[in-house]
Amino acid sequence: MLEVENLEVSYGALAALHGVSLTVGPGEIVALVGPNGAGKSTLLKAIAGLMAARRGTIRWEAKRLDTQPPERIVECGVALVPEGRRLFARMTVRENLELGAFTQRAQKERREQMDRVYTIFPRLREREQQPAGLLSGGEQQMLALGRALMGVPRLLLLDEPSLGLAPRVVESIFSILGELHRDGMSLLIVEQSVHAVLALAQRAYILEGGKIVGEGDGQSLLKDDHVRSAYLGPLARGGST
Amino acid sequence: MILTQQLILGLLVGGLYGLAAAGLSLTFGVLRVLNVAHGELLMLGGYGAFWLFTLWGIDPFVSLLAIGPAMFVLGLLLYWALFQFVVKAHEEVRIKNSLLIGFGLTLVLHNLAIRLWTADERAVTTAYAGAVARIGALAIPLVRLTSLVLAFAILAVLHLFLTRARWGRAIRATAEDWEAATLMGIPVGKTYLLAFALGTALAGIAGGLVSVSYSISPSIGLEWTLKALIVVVLAGLGSLFGCFAGGILLGLAEATSVVFLGGPYREVVGLVLFLVILVVRPQGLFGGRA
Repeated sequence: MLEVENLEVSYGALAALHGVSLTVGPGEIVALVGPNGAGKSTLLKAIAGLMAARRGTIRWEAKRLDTQPPERIVECGVALVPEGRRLFARMTVRENLELGAFTQRAQKERREQMDRVYTIFPRLREREQQPAGLLSGGEQQMLALGRALMGVPRLLLLDEPSLGLAPRVVESIFSILGELHRDGMSLLIVEQSVHAVLALAQRAYILEGGKIVGEGDGQSLLKDDHVRSAYLGPLARGGST
Repeated sequence: MILTQQLILGLLVGGLYGLAAAGLSLTFGVLRVLNVAHGELLMLGGYGAFWLFTLWGIDPFVSLLAIGPAMFVLGLLLYWALFQFVVKAHEEVRIKNSLLIGFGLTLVLHNLAIRLWTADERAVTTAYAGAVARIGALAIPLVRLTSLVLAFAILAVLHLFLTRARWGRAIRATAEDWEAATLMGIPVGKTYLLAFALGTALAGIAGGLVSVSYSISPSIGLEWTLKALIVVVLAGLGSLFGCFAGGILLGLAEATSVVFLGGPYREVVGLVLFLVILVVRPQGLFGGRA
């Protein structure tokens, strides 16, 4: 269970989040949508420990995360797949995966986890010895996801997993996220392709200007007028795709 | 014939340039700080070998086994006392702050060396110092050849560590993208510390080798920092063997200039190379990115 309460985060004097509260239940899949600059990435970075909270608390399985450095948060079973993937481009696919299992906890299960990742993404096994920078966009996203899975997370934070990918690749990434959810993992997904993520998520939050302005289950938000006009575009209003 | 002889000497000194540069490249590439006191750390290693030899008669090649770990510990202390505060700053500020701290450290170490060992030139002159292998009229100084082979071997071991070991990989990951490294659960503070200590140990070992074949004095620091910097620019960041090749390239270029332009141009050729590379290929000869 992830509980964010009254979180305030700022870049210098510029406030990015004004008292955000949200929860992700055990094994729940939650979407976070909103316009550019709303603070979605900032929220994920704050949970992962890359940005300091000015006020408010972040709890995961009853442990405080906001007071811990990022490497401790990873050890607690929370992994972030960052925007732009941030792979180690000059290192091989295999080395990237090995690095994903850096923590003490993950080191023990390294072999099994590697097999598991290769079973989910057979492409990665084929490309094992290639530098990550030479992979296609879709393969890079698979590697970013696989690398996060190597850390054996129980909560997976994803920042724009579909960015810059072909629709077919997005579909397969989303179906894998669905499988992870069925295996009991909790997921919090920030996503621009709102339609796809709302169809996948059990619940969703709408973040605008650093505040939560709406909340609901994925299906009902898909039918919500504000969401439809703001995020799904004029084409969606007619009820077609 | 003179050219060939000079090229041999250039090749041999080039290995040491490469070793000195590898340490600088490691700290620069991982911490994004430029330690201009690198040459002074090298000088300390040289005096370490000199002391062990004159006080206890320990063979300079054997004393590397003590100098390496001792300089590693010194690196830990320097990081803890000075550089850990620099790496907390934003990346653009890091370079500036590290230059200031490095220059300060340079002055301190320089004057400390004058205090401890006077300003005289020193060298470790072993019984076998003059041994040469002759090929026709060419002479290959065996001590320098041993140093070259050792320099290569040390870089090879370091390469194995960086590619195979868990913490070695963590160092490379931190060099590429420290923020992504923290997301893997890598404590980047520790990888910075480790990289800096390794860089210091490399400087110390290079200094020990310098004291056997060449001479050391409290003022050699700047010269070696400069050589290392030229080689790092020449080779580009991120490749130890690139550093080694770059060092040898600099050694050969210097040797050629000695033959065709005369001794005084030796130092000039490196700086010219430095400028040409910065203009033509700023990412270096073997570097992957700008």
